Amino acid sequence: MCSLCGVLGGNEHWAEAVARPGVYTRNVDVIERRRERRNRMRIANAILAQFGMALSDWQGSSFLLSTRTGKTEIIADLGHLWPAAERLSGRICDPLALPVIERLERRNG
Amino acid sequence: MADANPAFTPVNLLTGSLGSGKTTLLRRLLADPALSGTAVLINEFGEVGLDHHLIERIDETVVLLRSGCLCCTIRGELALAIRDLHSRRERGKLPGFGRLVVESTGLADPFPILSTLKADPVLRHHFRAGAVVTTVDAVNGLSQIKVHTESLRQVAAADRLVLTKTDLTDEITIARLLDHVRQINPDAPIIRAGDPVLDAVALLDHGEAAPGSHALPMHHRTCDAVYWSDHGERIRSFVLTVEEPIDWTAFGVWLTMLINRHGDKVLRVKGILNLAGEAAPVAIHGVRYLVHNPVHMTAWPDEDRRSRIVFIVDGIDPDLVRRSLTAFNGLGVQSAERV
Repeated sequence: MCSLCGVLGGNEHWAEAVARPGVYTRNVDVIERRRERRNRMRIANAILAQFGMALSDWQGSSFLLSTRTGKTEIIADLGHLWPAAERLSGRICDPLALPVIERLERRNG
Repeated sequence: MADANPAFTPVNLLTGSLGSGKTTLLRRLLADPALSGTAVLINEFGEVGLDHHLIERIDETVVLLRSGCLCCTIRGELALAIRDLHSRRERGKLPGFGRLVVESTGLADPFPILSTLKADPVLRHHFRAGAVVTTVDAVNGLSQIKVHTESLRQVAAADRLVLTKTDLTDEITIARLLDHVRQINPDAPIIRAGDPVLDAVALLDHGEAAPGSHALPMHHRTCDAVYWSDHGERIRSFVLTVEEPIDWTAFGVWLTMLINRHGDKVLRVKGILNLAGEAAPVAIHGVRYLVHNPVHMTAWPDEDRRSRIVFIVDGIDPDLVRRSLTAFNGLGVQSAERV
Protein backbone atom coordinates (compact mmCIF):
# COMPACT_ATOMS: atom_id res chain seq x y z
CA MET A 1 0.00 0.00 0.00
CA CYS A 2 1.21 3.47 -0.81
CA SER A 3 1.79 5.24 2.51
CA LEU A 4 1.06 8.63 0.98
CA CYS A 5 -2.39 8.06 -0.38
CA GLY A 6 -3.40 4.71 1.04
CA VAL A 7 -3.85 3.20 -2.37
CA LEU A 8 -3.42 -0.53 -2.58
CA GLY A 9 -0.92 -1.95 -5.02
CA GLY A 10 -1.67 -3.52 -8.36
CA ASN A 11 -4.47 -5.99 -8.76
CA GLU A 12 -4.80 -9.44 -10.15
CA HIS A 13 -6.85 -8.98 -13.28
CA TRP A 14 -5.64 -11.40 -15.90
CA ALA A 15 -4.85 -8.66 -18.40
CA GLU A 16 -2.48 -6.98 -15.92
CA ALA A 17 0.15 -9.63 -16.43
CA VAL A 18 3.15 -8.62 -18.44
CA ALA A 19 3.77 -11.08 -21.20
CA ARG A 20 6.79 -12.65 -19.63
CA PRO A 21 7.28 -15.50 -17.18
CA GLY A 22 7.55 -14.52 -13.56
CA VAL A 23 6.07 -11.04 -13.86
CA TYR A 24 2.79 -11.74 -12.15
CA THR A 25 3.78 -10.27 -8.83
CA ARG A 26 3.33 -6.59 -8.38
CA ASN A 27 6.63 -5.75 -6.71
CA VAL A 28 9.07 -6.57 -9.45
CA ASP A 29 10.03 -5.00 -12.71
CA VAL A 30 8.58 -1.60 -11.90
CA ILE A 31 9.83 0.17 -15.02
CA GLU A 32 8.48 -2.50 -17.29
CA ARG A 33 5.14 -2.32 -15.51
CA ARG A 34 4.99 1.46 -15.93
CA ARG A 35 5.80 1.15 -19.60
CA GLU A 36 3.07 -1.44 -19.87
CA ARG A 37 0.58 0.88 -18.14
CA ARG A 38 1.37 3.67 -20.59
CA ASN A 39 0.95 1.32 -23.49
CA ARG A 40 -2.33 0.04 -22.09
CA MET A 41 -3.66 3.59 -21.82
CA ARG A 42 -2.51 4.38 -25.35
CA ILE A 43 -4.33 1.39 -26.81
CA ALA A 44 -7.45 1.82 -24.67
CA ASN A 45 -7.58 5.51 -25.63
CA ALA A 46 -7.51 4.64 -29.31
CA ILE A 47 -10.78 2.79 -28.73
CA LEU A 48 -12.29 5.08 -26.09
CA ALA A 49 -11.83 8.12 -28.35
CA GLN A 50 -14.46 6.62 -30.63
CA PHE A 51 -16.90 6.94 -27.75
CA GLY A 52 -15.79 10.40 -26.61
CA MET A 53 -13.86 9.19 -23.59
CA ALA A 54 -10.27 9.13 -22.39
CA LEU A 55 -8.26 7.12 -19.90
CA SER A 56 -5.47 8.59 -17.79
CA ASP A 57 -3.23 7.32 -15.04
CA TRP A 58 -4.16 7.77 -11.40
CA GLN A 59 -1.36 7.38 -8.89
CA GLY A 60 0.24 4.62 -10.90
CA SER A 61 -2.26 2.21 -9.46
CA SER A 62 -5.62 2.93 -11.03
CA PHE A 63 -7.02 4.79 -13.99
CA LEU A 64 -9.30 7.76 -14.45
CA LEU A 65 -11.93 7.34 -17.10
CA SER A 66 -13.42 10.65 -18.26
CA THR A 67 -15.98 11.81 -20.75
CA ARG A 68 -15.76 15.08 -22.68
CA THR A 69 -18.40 16.54 -20.41
CA GLY A 70 -16.26 15.85 -17.37
CA LYS A 71 -17.95 12.78 -15.96
CA THR A 72 -15.15 10.83 -14.32
CA GLU A 73 -14.76 7.47 -12.65
CA ILE A 74 -11.80 5.71 -11.08
CA ILE A 75 -11.34 2.23 -12.40
CA ALA A 76 -8.98 -0.45 -11.18
CA ASP A 77 -8.30 -2.45 -14.31
CA LEU A 78 -9.47 -3.46 -17.75
CA GLY A 79 -12.11 -5.69 -16.23
CA HIS A 80 -13.81 -2.60 -14.85
CA LEU A 81 -13.08 -0.35 -17.81
CA TRP A 82 -15.76 -1.40 -20.25
CA PRO A 83 -18.75 -1.58 -17.90
CA ALA A 84 -17.74 1.87 -16.61
CA ALA A 85 -17.27 3.19 -20.16
CA GLU A 86 -20.74 2.04 -21.16
CA ARG A 87 -22.24 3.50 -18.01
CA LEU A 88 -20.53 6.89 -18.33
CA SER A 89 -21.06 7.32 -22.05
CA GLY A 90 -24.49 5.75 -22.19
CA ARG A 91 -23.32 3.92 -25.30
CA ILE A 92 -22.60 0.31 -26.13
CA CYS A 93 -18.89 -0.36 -26.51
CA ASP A 94 -18.87 -3.31 -28.86
CA PRO A 95 -15.58 -4.45 -30.42
CA LEU A 96 -17.57 -6.38 -33.04
CA ALA A 97 -19.50 -3.32 -34.20
CA LEU A 98 -18.57 -2.59 -37.81
CA PRO A 99 -18.02 1.17 -37.31
CA VAL A 100 -15.53 0.42 -34.53
CA ILE A 101 -13.66 -2.13 -36.62
CA GLU A 102 -13.68 0.02 -39.76
CA ARG A 103 -12.31 3.07 -37.94
CA LEU A 104 -9.48 0.97 -36.54
CA GLU A 105 -8.78 -0.53 -39.95
CA ARG A 106 -8.54 2.96 -41.44
CA ARG A 107 -6.28 4.04 -38.57
CA ASN A 108 -4.02 1.05 -39.04
CA GLY A 109 -3.87 1.73 -42.76
CA MET B 1 -1.39 -37.20 -3.58
CA ALA B 2 -1.51 -33.46 -4.12
CA ASP B 3 -0.10 -30.85 -1.74
CA ALA B 4 -2.46 -30.90 1.24
CA ASN B 5 -2.53 -27.13 1.58
CA PRO B 6 -1.62 -25.48 -1.71
CA ALA B 7 -1.52 -21.70 -2.14
CA PHE B 8 -4.43 -21.96 -4.56
CA THR B 9 -6.50 -25.09 -4.21
CA PRO B 10 -7.90 -26.21 -7.56
CA VAL B 11 -11.67 -26.58 -7.65
CA ASN B 12 -12.93 -29.05 -10.22
CA LEU B 13 -16.48 -28.83 -11.36
CA LEU B 14 -18.06 -32.17 -12.19
CA THR B 15 -21.15 -31.54 -14.20
CA GLY B 16 -23.43 -33.28 -16.67
CA SER B 17 -27.11 -33.96 -17.27
CA LEU B 18 -29.34 -35.67 -14.75
CA GLY B 19 -28.50 -39.36 -14.62
CA SER B 20 -25.45 -39.04 -16.81
CA GLY B 21 -23.16 -40.78 -14.34
CA LYS B 22 -21.55 -37.94 -12.39
CA THR B 23 -21.73 -39.68 -9.04
CA THR B 24 -20.51 -42.99 -10.48
CA LEU B 25 -17.54 -41.20 -11.97
CA LEU B 26 -16.89 -39.33 -8.74
CA ARG B 27 -16.94 -42.56 -6.77
CA ARG B 28 -14.42 -44.07 -9.15
CA LEU B 29 -12.17 -41.00 -9.02
CA LEU B 30 -12.19 -40.89 -5.24
CA ALA B 31 -11.11 -44.52 -5.09
CA ASP B 32 -7.91 -43.54 -6.86
CA PRO B 33 -5.12 -43.15 -4.27
CA ALA B 34 -3.78 -40.19 -6.24
CA LEU B 35 -6.89 -38.24 -5.22
CA SER B 36 -6.88 -39.18 -1.57
CA GLY B 37 -6.42 -35.54 -0.51
CA THR B 38 -9.60 -34.38 -2.18
CA ALA B 39 -12.53 -32.63 -0.55
CA VAL B 40 -15.95 -33.10 -2.12
CA LEU B 41 -18.94 -30.83 -2.28
CA ILE B 42 -22.12 -32.37 -3.63
CA ASN B 43 -25.14 -30.40 -4.70
CA GLU B 44 -28.46 -32.12 -5.11
CA PHE B 45 -31.70 -30.61 -6.17
CA GLY B 46 -34.00 -32.95 -4.28
CA GLU B 47 -35.21 -32.56 -0.72
CA VAL B 48 -33.41 -35.70 0.37
CA GLY B 49 -29.79 -35.94 -0.65
CA LEU B 50 -28.64 -39.38 -1.72
CA ASP B 51 -25.58 -38.84 -3.83
CA HIS B 52 -23.26 -38.35 -0.89
CA HIS B 53 -24.19 -41.83 0.35
CA LEU B 54 -23.44 -43.27 -3.06
CA ILE B 55 -19.84 -42.11 -3.10
CA GLU B 56 -19.20 -44.39 -0.11
CA ARG B 57 -17.01 -41.95 1.71
CA ILE B 58 -18.60 -40.03 4.49
CA ASP B 59 -16.25 -37.84 6.43
CA GLU B 60 -15.96 -34.18 7.26
CA THR B 61 -14.44 -33.36 3.86
CA VAL B 62 -17.64 -34.39 2.12
CA VAL B 63 -20.23 -31.61 2.16
CA LEU B 64 -23.77 -31.86 0.87
CA LEU B 65 -25.71 -28.84 -0.37
CA ARG B 66 -29.28 -29.80 -1.07
CA SER B 67 -32.65 -28.27 -1.77
CA GLY B 68 -31.53 -26.02 -4.51
CA CYS B 69 -29.29 -25.61 -7.46
CA LEU B 70 -25.81 -24.18 -7.07
CA CYS B 71 -25.98 -21.93 -10.06
CA CYS B 72 -28.99 -20.01 -8.81
CA THR B 73 -30.93 -20.57 -5.60
CA ILE B 74 -28.09 -21.59 -3.30
CA ARG B 75 -25.12 -20.02 -4.99
CA GLY B 76 -24.30 -18.07 -1.84
CA GLU B 77 -24.21 -21.32 0.05
CA LEU B 78 -21.53 -22.63 -2.29
CA ALA B 79 -19.22 -19.77 -1.35
CA LEU B 80 -20.01 -20.25 2.34
CA ALA B 81 -19.46 -24.01 2.16
CA ILE B 82 -16.07 -23.62 0.47
CA ARG B 83 -15.11 -20.87 2.91
CA ASP B 84 -16.02 -23.17 5.76
CA LEU B 85 -13.89 -25.99 4.36
CA HIS B 86 -11.00 -23.57 3.97
CA SER B 87 -11.42 -22.16 7.45
CA ARG B 88 -11.52 -25.58 9.06
CA ARG B 89 -8.49 -26.70 7.08
CA GLU B 90 -6.53 -23.63 8.17
CA ARG B 91 -7.43 -24.23 11.81
CA GLY B 92 -6.37 -27.85 11.57
CA LYS B 93 -9.92 -29.08 12.14
CA LEU B 94 -9.89 -30.94 8.86
CA PRO B 95 -7.35 -33.16 7.18
CA GLY B 96 -5.55 -31.10 4.56
CA PHE B 97 -6.93 -31.31 1.07
CA GLY B 98 -5.16 -30.35 -2.11
CA ARG B 99 -8.20 -30.36 -4.35
CA LEU B 100 -11.92 -29.73 -4.13
CA VAL B 101 -14.38 -31.43 -6.45
CA VAL B 102 -17.83 -29.86 -6.75
CA GLU B 103 -20.47 -32.16 -8.15
CA SER B 104 -23.27 -29.98 -9.42
CA THR B 105 -26.85 -30.93 -10.09
CA GLY B 106 -27.64 -31.93 -13.63
CA LEU B 107 -29.59 -28.70 -13.95
CA ALA B 108 -26.74 -26.33 -13.21
CA ASP B 109 -25.23 -23.85 -15.59
CA PRO B 110 -21.46 -24.21 -15.00
CA PHE B 111 -20.54 -20.57 -15.35
CA PRO B 112 -22.08 -19.08 -12.18
CA ILE B 113 -20.36 -21.77 -10.15
CA LEU B 114 -16.97 -20.97 -11.66
CA SER B 115 -17.47 -17.24 -11.31
CA THR B 116 -18.21 -17.65 -7.59
CA LEU B 117 -14.56 -18.57 -7.10
CA LYS B 118 -13.40 -15.38 -8.75
CA ALA B 119 -16.04 -13.10 -7.31
CA ASP B 120 -15.84 -14.10 -3.67
CA PRO B 121 -13.32 -11.89 -1.85
CA VAL B 122 -12.01 -14.76 0.27
CA LEU B 123 -12.13 -17.63 -2.16
CA ARG B 124 -10.32 -15.78 -4.92
CA HIS B 125 -7.18 -15.69 -2.79
CA HIS B 126 -7.19 -19.36 -1.86
CA PHE B 127 -8.89 -21.27 -4.66
CA ARG B 128 -8.69 -21.39 -8.41
CA ALA B 129 -10.87 -22.97 -11.04
CA GLY B 130 -9.62 -26.37 -12.10
CA ALA B 131 -10.72 -28.38 -15.08
CA VAL B 132 -14.44 -28.64 -15.76
CA VAL B 133 -15.39 -32.28 -16.32
CA THR B 134 -18.70 -32.96 -18.03
CA THR B 135 -20.28 -36.39 -18.22
CA VAL B 136 -22.25 -37.17 -21.36
CA ASP B 137 -24.66 -40.06 -21.36
CA ALA B 138 -24.11 -42.13 -24.52
CA VAL B 139 -27.72 -43.33 -24.46
CA ASN B 140 -29.62 -40.11 -23.78
CA GLY B 141 -26.93 -37.49 -24.33
CA LEU B 142 -28.03 -36.42 -27.77
CA SER B 143 -31.62 -35.69 -26.79
CA GLN B 144 -30.48 -33.96 -23.60
CA ILE B 145 -28.16 -31.67 -25.54
CA LYS B 146 -30.86 -30.90 -28.08
CA VAL B 147 -33.55 -30.17 -25.53
CA HIS B 148 -31.83 -28.69 -22.48
CA THR B 149 -29.86 -25.47 -22.73
CA GLU B 150 -27.97 -26.40 -19.57
CA SER B 151 -26.76 -29.66 -21.11
CA LEU B 152 -25.50 -27.78 -24.13
CA ARG B 153 -23.67 -25.27 -21.95
CA GLN B 154 -22.21 -28.01 -19.78
CA VAL B 155 -20.71 -29.64 -22.88
CA ALA B 156 -19.48 -26.31 -24.23
CA ALA B 157 -17.81 -25.36 -20.94
CA ALA B 158 -16.04 -28.70 -20.50
CA ASP B 159 -12.28 -29.07 -20.35
CA ARG B 160 -12.76 -32.84 -20.34
CA LEU B 161 -15.72 -34.82 -21.57
CA VAL B 162 -16.44 -38.23 -20.11
CA LEU B 163 -18.66 -40.46 -22.19
CA THR B 164 -20.70 -42.72 -19.93
CA LYS B 165 -22.94 -45.74 -20.49
CA THR B 166 -21.19 -46.66 -23.73
CA ASP B 167 -21.84 -50.33 -22.91
CA LEU B 168 -25.60 -49.72 -23.13
CA THR B 169 -25.70 -48.54 -26.72
CA ASP B 170 -24.12 -49.21 -30.10
CA GLU B 171 -21.18 -47.56 -31.83
CA ILE B 172 -23.40 -45.89 -34.44
CA THR B 173 -25.34 -44.03 -31.74
CA ILE B 174 -22.09 -43.11 -30.04
CA ALA B 175 -20.60 -41.84 -33.28
CA ARG B 176 -23.69 -39.70 -33.91
CA LEU B 177 -23.48 -38.28 -30.40
CA LEU B 178 -19.76 -37.57 -30.73
CA ASP B 179 -20.39 -35.79 -33.99
CA HIS B 180 -22.78 -33.42 -32.19
CA VAL B 181 -20.50 -33.04 -29.19
CA ARG B 182 -17.55 -32.17 -31.39
CA GLN B 183 -19.56 -29.45 -33.09
CA ILE B 184 -20.24 -27.88 -29.72
CA ASN B 185 -16.86 -28.44 -28.13
CA PRO B 186 -14.16 -29.29 -30.64
CA ASP B 187 -11.17 -29.31 -28.36
CA ALA B 188 -11.93 -31.01 -25.04
CA PRO B 189 -10.43 -34.50 -24.83
CA ILE B 190 -13.13 -37.18 -24.70
CA ILE B 191 -12.61 -40.07 -22.32
CA ARG B 192 -14.80 -43.15 -22.14
CA ALA B 193 -15.84 -43.92 -18.60
CA GLY B 194 -15.87 -47.60 -19.49
CA ASP B 195 -12.14 -47.65 -20.17
CA PRO B 196 -10.50 -49.89 -17.60
CA VAL B 197 -7.75 -47.37 -16.90
CA LEU B 198 -8.82 -43.90 -15.89
CA ASP B 199 -6.07 -41.44 -15.08
CA ALA B 200 -7.82 -39.43 -12.39
CA VAL B 201 -5.13 -36.79 -12.06
CA ALA B 202 -4.91 -36.20 -15.81
CA LEU B 203 -8.68 -35.90 -15.93
CA LEU B 204 -8.84 -33.23 -13.24
CA ASP B 205 -5.58 -31.36 -13.68
CA HIS B 206 -5.88 -28.03 -15.27
CA GLY B 207 -3.50 -26.05 -17.40
CA GLU B 208 -2.48 -23.76 -14.55
CA ALA B 209 -1.05 -26.70 -12.69
CA ALA B 210 0.52 -28.22 -15.72
CA PRO B 211 1.18 -25.59 -18.38
CA GLY B 212 2.07 -28.14 -21.00
CA SER B 213 -1.43 -29.53 -20.89
CA HIS B 214 -2.65 -26.47 -22.76
CA ALA B 215 -1.15 -28.11 -25.79
CA LEU B 216 -3.80 -30.80 -25.47
CA PRO B 217 -6.82 -29.08 -26.89
CA MET B 218 -5.29 -27.86 -30.08
CA HIS B 219 -5.55 -31.09 -31.98
CA HIS B 220 -8.77 -30.07 -33.66
CA ARG B 221 -7.24 -27.06 -35.28
CA THR B 222 -9.14 -26.88 -38.46
CA CYS B 223 -12.65 -27.42 -37.26
CA ASP B 224 -15.23 -24.78 -37.99
CA ALA B 225 -18.67 -26.02 -37.11
CA VAL B 226 -22.14 -24.67 -36.55
CA TYR B 227 -24.58 -26.40 -34.27
CA TRP B 228 -28.25 -25.49 -34.11
CA SER B 229 -29.90 -26.72 -30.98
CA ASP B 230 -33.61 -27.45 -30.79
CA HIS B 231 -34.07 -24.40 -28.60
CA GLY B 232 -32.77 -22.05 -31.22
CA GLU B 233 -29.23 -21.52 -30.04
CA ARG B 234 -26.67 -21.34 -32.77
CA ILE B 235 -23.57 -22.76 -31.17
CA ARG B 236 -20.58 -22.30 -33.32
CA SER B 237 -17.02 -23.36 -32.79
CA PHE B 238 -14.18 -22.01 -34.81
CA VAL B 239 -10.44 -21.63 -34.66
CA LEU B 240 -8.92 -18.25 -35.18
CA THR B 241 -5.44 -18.56 -36.63
CA VAL B 242 -3.36 -15.40 -36.52
CA GLU B 243 -0.18 -15.21 -38.57
CA GLU B 244 1.26 -12.03 -37.04
CA PRO B 245 2.57 -11.96 -33.47
CA ILE B 246 -0.08 -10.77 -31.05
CA ASP B 247 0.44 -7.72 -28.87
CA TRP B 248 -0.52 -8.82 -25.36
CA THR B 249 -1.78 -5.42 -24.26
CA ALA B 250 -3.90 -4.94 -27.35
CA PHE B 251 -5.22 -8.47 -26.91
CA GLY B 252 -6.15 -7.73 -23.28
CA VAL B 253 -8.03 -4.58 -24.27
CA TRP B 254 -9.80 -6.49 -27.02
CA LEU B 255 -10.79 -9.57 -25.04
CA THR B 256 -11.98 -7.61 -22.00
CA MET B 257 -14.12 -5.47 -24.30
CA LEU B 258 -15.43 -8.53 -26.13
CA ILE B 259 -16.45 -10.43 -23.03
CA ASN B 260 -17.93 -7.37 -21.39
CA ARG B 261 -20.33 -7.02 -24.30
CA HIS B 262 -20.70 -10.63 -25.44
CA GLY B 263 -19.62 -12.71 -22.43
CA ASP B 264 -22.93 -14.56 -22.30
CA LYS B 265 -22.36 -15.66 -25.89
CA VAL B 266 -18.68 -16.54 -25.68
CA LEU B 267 -19.18 -19.94 -24.14
CA ARG B 268 -15.53 -20.71 -24.27
CA VAL B 269 -12.27 -19.27 -25.51
CA LYS B 270 -9.06 -21.18 -25.36
CA GLY B 271 -5.84 -20.92 -27.22
CA ILE B 272 -2.13 -20.46 -27.48
CA LEU B 273 -0.74 -17.08 -28.45
CA ASN B 274 2.45 -16.16 -30.20
CA LEU B 275 3.16 -12.90 -28.41
CA ALA B 276 5.28 -10.16 -29.92
CA GLY B 277 8.76 -10.22 -28.40
CA GLU B 278 8.31 -13.55 -26.62
CA ALA B 279 9.92 -16.83 -27.56
CA ALA B 280 7.50 -19.16 -25.77
CA PRO B 281 3.74 -19.15 -26.21
CA VAL B 282 1.15 -18.09 -23.68
CA ALA B 283 -2.03 -20.08 -23.13
CA ILE B 284 -5.33 -18.38 -22.46
CA HIS B 285 -8.56 -19.90 -21.25
CA GLY B 286 -11.93 -18.41 -20.52
CA VAL B 287 -15.53 -19.44 -19.94
CA ARG B 288 -17.98 -16.67 -20.66
CA TYR B 289 -17.19 -13.69 -18.39
CA LEU B 290 -14.46 -15.57 -16.59
CA VAL B 291 -10.91 -15.55 -17.92
CA HIS B 292 -8.25 -17.52 -16.11
CA ASN B 293 -4.79 -16.12 -15.58
CA PRO B 294 -2.70 -16.67 -18.69
CA VAL B 295 -0.17 -19.47 -18.51
CA HIS B 296 3.35 -19.16 -19.84
CA MET B 297 4.16 -22.37 -21.60
CA THR B 298 7.73 -23.56 -21.63
CA ALA B 299 7.73 -24.47 -25.32
CA TRP B 300 5.57 -24.71 -28.41
CA PRO B 301 3.67 -27.99 -28.72
CA ASP B 302 4.62 -28.36 -32.38
CA GLU B 303 6.31 -26.62 -35.31
CA ASP B 304 3.41 -24.27 -35.94
CA ARG B 305 4.25 -20.85 -34.49
CA ARG B 306 0.95 -19.16 -35.29
CA SER B 307 -1.49 -18.11 -32.61
CA ARG B 308 -4.50 -20.40 -32.49
CA ILE B 309 -7.61 -19.58 -30.52
CA VAL B 310 -10.62 -21.86 -30.27
CA PHE B 311 -13.92 -20.04 -29.78
CA ILE B 312 -17.22 -21.63 -28.91
CA VAL B 313 -19.86 -18.97 -29.36
CA ASP B 314 -23.58 -18.59 -29.48
CA GLY B 315 -24.69 -16.57 -32.47
CA ILE B 316 -21.51 -14.55 -33.05
CA ASP B 317 -20.09 -14.16 -36.54
CA PRO B 318 -16.53 -15.63 -36.70
CA ASP B 319 -15.52 -13.22 -39.46
CA LEU B 320 -16.33 -10.24 -37.25
CA VAL B 321 -14.27 -11.74 -34.43
CA ARG B 322 -11.38 -12.28 -36.83
CA ARG B 323 -11.55 -8.75 -38.26
CA SER B 324 -11.97 -7.18 -34.87
CA LEU B 325 -8.96 -8.96 -33.34
CA THR B 326 -6.79 -8.08 -36.35
CA ALA B 327 -7.83 -4.42 -36.13
CA PHE B 328 -7.14 -4.24 -32.38
CA ASN B 329 -3.83 -6.04 -32.78
CA GLY B 330 -2.81 -3.30 -35.20
CA LEU B 331 -2.74 -0.93 -32.22
CA GLY B 332 0.11 -2.90 -30.65
CA VAL B 333 3.59 -1.64 -29.92
CA GLN B 334 5.22 -3.01 -33.05
CA SER B 335 2.55 -1.45 -35.22
CA ALA B 336 2.87 1.86 -33.36
CA GLU B 337 6.64 1.85 -33.84
CA ARG B 338 6.22 1.13 -37.53
CA VAL B 339 4.04 4.22 -37.87
